[in-house]
Amino acid sequence: MIENVDLTLLDWSRAQFALTAIYHWLFVPLTLGLSFIIAIMETIYVRTGNEEWKRITRFWMTLFGINFAIGIATGIILEFEFGTNWSNYSWFVGDIFGAPLAIEGILAFFLESTFVAVMFFGWNKVSKKFHLVSSWLVAIGASLSALWILVANGWMQNPVGMVFNPETARNEMVSFWQVLFNEVAVSKFLHTISSGFLLASMFVLGISAYYLLRKREDFLAKRSILIAGIFGLFSSLLVAYTGDSSARTLAKAQPVKFAAFEALYEGRQNAGLIAVGVLKESDRKLGEKAVNDFVFKIQIPGFLSVMTGGDKDTYVPGLYDLVNGNASQGIMPVSEKITRGRTARDLLAEYKAAKQNNDLQKAESISGMFRDKKFIDDYFRYFGYAFLGKPEEVVPNVKVTFYTFHLMVMLGFYFILVFALALFFLFRGTLIKNRWFLWVALCSILLPYVAGEMGWVLAEMGRQPWIIQDLMPVSAAVSQIGSGSVITTFMLFAVLFTLLLIAEVSIMIRQIKLGPNH
Amino acid sequence: MTLMISHIFLQHYWWIIISLLASLLVFLMFVQGGQSMIFSLPKNNLQKTMIVNAMGRKWEFTFTTLVTFGGAFFASFPLFYSASFGGAYWVWIAILFSFIIQAIAYEYRSKPANVLGQRTFDIFLFLNGSIGPFLIGVAVATFFTGSQFSLNEMNQVKWATPWRGLEALLSGRNIALGLAVLFLARTNGLLYIINSVDDKELIDNSNRKLVMNSIAFLVFFLFFIITLLLSQGFAFDKVTGIVSMEKYKYLHNLIQMPLVLIIFLAGVTGVLSGIGITIFKGSRIGIWYCGTGTVLAVFALFLTAGFNGTAFYPSAYDLNSSLTIVKASSSLITLKTMMYVSFIVPFVFAYIWYAWKSINDKRITAEEMKSEGHVY
Repeated sequence: MIENVDLTLLDWSRAQFALTAIYHWLFVPLTLGLSFIIAIMETIYVRTGNEEWKRITRFWMTLFGINFAIGIATGIILEFEFGTNWSNYSWFVGDIFGAPLAIEGILAFFLESTFVAVMFFGWNKVSKKFHLVSSWLVAIGASLSALWILVANGWMQNPVGMVFNPETARNEMVSFWQVLFNEVAVSKFLHTISSGFLLASMFVLGISAYYLLRKREDFLAKRSILIAGIFGLFSSLLVAYTGDSSARTLAKAQPVKFAAFEALYEGRQNAGLIAVGVLKESDRKLGEKAVNDFVFKIQIPGFLSVMTGGDKDTYVPGLYDLVNGNASQGIMPVSEKITRGRTARDLLAEYKAAKQNNDLQKAESISGMFRDKKFIDDYFRYFGYAFLGKPEEVVPNVKVTFYTFHLMVMLGFYFILVFALALFFLFRGTLIKNRWFLWVALCSILLPYVAGEMGWVLAEMGRQPWIIQDLMPVSAAVSQIGSGSVITTFMLFAVLFTLLLIAEVSIMIRQIKLGPNH
Repeated sequence: MTLMISHIFLQHYWWIIISLLASLLVFLMFVQGGQSMIFSLPKNNLQKTMIVNAMGRKWEFTFTTLVTFGGAFFASFPLFYSASFGGAYWVWIAILFSFIIQAIAYEYRSKPANVLGQRTFDIFLFLNGSIGPFLIGVAVATFFTGSQFSLNEMNQVKWATPWRGLEALLSGRNIALGLAVLFLARTNGLLYIINSVDDKELIDNSNRKLVMNSIAFLVFFLFFIITLLLSQGFAFDKVTGIVSMEKYKYLHNLIQMPLVLIIFLAGVTGVLSGIGITIFKGSRIGIWYCGTGTVLAVFALFLTAGFNGTAFYPSAYDLNSSLTIVKASSSLITLKTMMYVSFIVPFVFAYIWYAWKSINDKRITAEEMKSEGHVY
């Protein structure tokens, strides 16, 4: 099927998608969260009639607009990149994956784009209430668009609700509801939007702290901190909760990723959760890959087992188990999965040959096998393994996965503390006295961005080599384009997006310095 | 009732939806048309600001329609998505680039500390306004003239030239449709400015430019249509699926689908009426006639490309790799699910119309540009 995989092409295609996704994610979370914060502020304005709240709303709306535009600019390429750079993927699963993208456009993007125009230009043209409704619809539209793209992403991590059709050589949807309510998609959606709310809250908190440090805009800053503090504390607790449930889901759906982000090589009962750790490559090998040992670690004894299965006796499989197999725990070795995947792939080739030779009876019989539950469970579910050369290829980069996960978790707890302190000082009336905290809040603005990007690096690099878990590796999904073309477009995107980012940050900083009176 | 909905019915239903989105996109490219004249139409900075703000309040509709068009194509005809986007790489990347630079240009052009300077962002708008419609027109022309690709037994695309879609620029017919779309966008852009801006000098200039742009549009459009009707087309056998060349295929399509012919003629009439009442009667509502005409004409052209046993994305390199709505479509369940989703479209149209009307209630004036809080 895929004769020769050009590794240069594959690496640059991945790099291009990573680049565009990372840039896109610099802007989307602020849109997700700030839209709600603005809607809350405007609601207070409409209910109280206090013009100060209108001024506050319009100030944050200006910053929202600067960020919103670049989020859209970096977003369009992601949708089309599935076609341009991952065309084999687009056909293999387009029947399932395309639907959420289309629904995103119809249900969410139009809602956002229609009412964002009213939000910006409607202050003197529509009634207060219509304007308020528009602001809320923009916020809802933004979250809805996140829902559908995350349903699509969740499906890639945990493919459900489909059956393979050998005639068309693709997967076809059999249950839309299974795709929509896929447990990975649900937890991913809740975790992602709450992280967007958190990021926006930190953004508002940090900028408000800046005004207090500069002894400017006291009313705006304190009111904004009130909203951001409450919204941020709620969001950061939700992020922690949904992060925990995401991890539980992963333990079932993507056990290799789960083991990698804890750097757990040897499976065990009573497995501890690493709180902090430093890894170092050892002389030991897992296949041809070096094993990482801990130079230093602090762990919570038994907690990983409790997290995974509810009690300390739960066996958490390590990477050795998952690659080499563990008969006592009922874990199949990857070598066996490769054999089974190849059986499914050979059968598909047989089907194509039968069709070509007009042997319809044989073709029909093979087609029936691809619909048979036992064949699906025993063979087709390992289809993607047919493309792998060595069992250890299923293990992602353990260091990247481990560090991104732990950094993200540590930052998550830090955010809870910052929001709690912000509210504490605000209600005690000591916010301005505690200048150190205002500095902390200001300097923390960038940290949720770091955490969010770490989360995506973990999610996407942690599931390598798969583009669709167990069904298709990235090497089989890539468009057969000259690597020179992809390198050129990578460079173009890198230069363009970096320029736009510089412009965005510069405009944002100037607007913040100018303040709401400008 | 659900049992009665066949796969072939849904394939046609979804081609209609795709055609509708494409036709709305071409109409909404009046935004790009206006942008392409950002340096040539205004006589002073204030007029430029008015043009930018007239277009800037609508750019997201065009952008969103393009994104939805892509998403809907992916969901309903994924083989087109993988074959065309993965194959004609450079054409699509060029189109996307032109839209990326548009998205930030409005918001950033007049903001202090924008690093690149207002002129750079205006050039971005100009490039998007000129390259976007032209390349989209060229890409759509390949629906009739064919592309250089083949598909293997697993439906994976292989492009036959190293130019990755740019070879479409070597065809006079493709270029003609590209230019027709560009000049139609400019015509609609001028009509929209005449409709939504209150500035006598700007409107007089727009009227003058309208004559040349509409003539240019008509020349390229007629060239494309005449060559289309006289050319061979890519027909497929509905039973065997085999694709072959048929003389006068697209002419046959219009004759064999009289409703499509009527829609097409009504569209052309609408476009001409919109231009005519503006030039000869000084009307300011020509955009609605021309816009409706644009939607109808493009809609009919798309139906001609995909219906009546026609391959909508033909391969001139390997005829039987050509894509038809049957071969390229999603499964029955996906199309059915998407059909239920599409029922929400009238509701979407309704709220767009309401919001559009609310914002466009008063024409843009010089005073508004000075007093409005959010000006591009």
